[in-house]
Amino acid sequence: MTRKMNAVARCERLRERYMNGDLDRRSFLGLLGAAGAACGLATPYRALAKEVTHIRFDGWGGVVSEALRKHAFDPFEAATGIKVVDGTFGGGDEYLSRVKASQPGEYNIAHLSGVFDYARYHNLGLTSELNEKNIPNLQYVIPKLIDVFRKVSGGALSCVPYDYGTTGIAYNRAHISDDEAKVKGAKLLIDPAHKGKISGWADWRTRMWYAALQTGQDPNGIVDEDAAWDAVRAHRDLALKYWNSGAELMSLLAEGEVHVTEGWSGRIYALQEQGHDIGYIDPPNGFGWQECMFVIKGSPMEACEELLNFMLAPETAIAVAEAQNYPPALDPTKVDLGPKIPTLPAFDPSGTLAGLTFADPAYWNSREAAWSKTFGRVQRGY
Amino acid sequence: MSVEAREARQPWILLAPALSAVTLLLFVPLLFILVYSFWLRTATGADQPGFFLDNWREALTDPFYRDILLSTLRIAAITTAVCALMGYPTAYFIARSRGDKLLMVLLLMLPFWISYIIRTMSWINILGASGAANAALMALGVVSEPVNMLYNEAAVILGLTHYLLPFMILNVFVSLEGIDANVEAAANSLGATRWQSFLEVTLPLSLPGLAAGGLLCFVLGAGTYITPLILGGPRDAMFANLVFEAIITQLNWPLGSALSLMLLLVLGALVAIYNRYLGMTQLMKGLG
Repeated sequence: MTRKMNAVARCERLRERYMNGDLDRRSFLGLLGAAGAACGLATPYRALAKEVTHIRFDGWGGVVSEALRKHAFDPFEAATGIKVVDGTFGGGDEYLSRVKASQPGEYNIAHLSGVFDYARYHNLGLTSELNEKNIPNLQYVIPKLIDVFRKVSGGALSCVPYDYGTTGIAYNRAHISDDEAKVKGAKLLIDPAHKGKISGWADWRTRMWYAALQTGQDPNGIVDEDAAWDAVRAHRDLALKYWNSGAELMSLLAEGEVHVTEGWSGRIYALQEQGHDIGYIDPPNGFGWQECMFVIKGSPMEACEELLNFMLAPETAIAVAEAQNYPPALDPTKVDLGPKIPTLPAFDPSGTLAGLTFADPAYWNSREAAWSKTFGRVQRGY
Repeated sequence: MSVEAREARQPWILLAPALSAVTLLLFVPLLFILVYSFWLRTATGADQPGFFLDNWREALTDPFYRDILLSTLRIAAITTAVCALMGYPTAYFIARSRGDKLLMVLLLMLPFWISYIIRTMSWINILGASGAANAALMALGVVSEPVNMLYNEAAVILGLTHYLLPFMILNVFVSLEGIDANVEAAANSLGATRWQSFLEVTLPLSLPGLAAGGLLCFVLGAGTYITPLILGGPRDAMFANLVFEAIITQLNWPLGSALSLMLLLVLGALVAIYNRYLGMTQLMKGLG
């Protein structure tokens, strides 16, 4: 019977042969190097089968990341021993580019915005398939929010809805009254009276959405594209600058650099909480969106499902929502959301979200290549 | 193995780690970018491998890219000129100072200890609507409401100057340090005024340092994208911002690759011209 040697025994035997003079130094070092290389090559595959020690999470940074870290990740780590490594991004496009450049399993869960982002990831073959039995807290989520994702990925889910909000109009009340904002609505962003004190997100979707509102068109069915681009140009010529992150948005408003801009409802609420006299309105057909926790293909599914279930537990989801100022995806008819959440912008007590207009993923993604490129030119003066 | 053969191999063995690093971290990625530039982006954002000239045709013939490239070169040239005008007197002062030159050079390097992004963002606190400059102007009664000093091309040039000035000063300083002080003394003893000895002796001898600093400032300035992003207005973009947008926002890696290679070729041509007429020796001294 032959005895199977392990790697340590093999190395010891090799050393013994070298010490006895049976092997020259060059051969010894060569064999040792080959053993090291073989071990190095084999290790990643072995690691895949090992117990999951960490999950990579990427989100929007700022108050959102702080809320998730404090109310979801820290308690999850304490409860399970699985570490959540959190990173940030400034926008969905930027993050998609990073994921595209990564190896499978490098990025695990992302806080994606909009069903159009989910569809883009699906079209690029980045969706996974969640085992919903491992996420019992999914039962508390507003069904309408789940259904739209199912439609994109053929019935299966690669994400769980987590929160929703709007990109509305934020304005400094020292310079713009509530009445003026209400009367002018989206056109406040192209009002020459505020030239040099206007800003906006450097995001082609948001620019075109608001251009549609400014030209009296349906954002999910723009008929006069030229008129919409002219509105984007008009905004560009009146704007001080475009903002590129939530932190920059808050800084521009808080420092008084601009008087009016579109803004993310939760971030504006955070500014209001800090004592800044900033008003916020959602004009008719304002930009509504729902965010989800998306599990990227190649991720450790069971660990990710465990984290998602933990995050959807009402006590966790409510605590996160209160801290990040976006209403949770939990159905208010099934879960008592406490006193603060009903006061948050965009909150829908009916749980139907009928009052919000969402971007049609098929419409926007079919125009993504052309419009993102055109916006790149328009913002440079073309 | 003969002694000669072993000696001939030794430099290569010593260079092997550095050459491997340069090959793996520079040439191989560049090769990837070159290959990518001939691919195409599909409607979903996925890449279509193949050999297509569409991206190069677009990059080379579309006036949009040409205009932004020229604007980038113009901004880089203005920044370089400002750095030269501000950097030369500073370098001259340090080189001719009787004080602790090492300390002054160390102070010059001090900003490098802080992140470039933080340094750039600091201008918002200085020149912003509620920044230090506006607060001072309003407190003194010079203006009644904040002046817009940020988010324009001048702010971009200011941010770039802030970033690049130390490179210029160091290069000029090294050049001035290499000039024998007796040469100036000899010019003075032959009747030249201090200004004449500077113009006809010191300045010509220090020109290689000025040129090396200029090249560094120009190349680094032309390749930046953070400064226009933070301090620029909606229209203020440099060529690197277009590369960023193509790759990150539009997920068009093939076009982004062609654009980045285009910028690399233009800047590479400038470095080659510099090397042809002035040589890289002075640049190495400055960087050292």
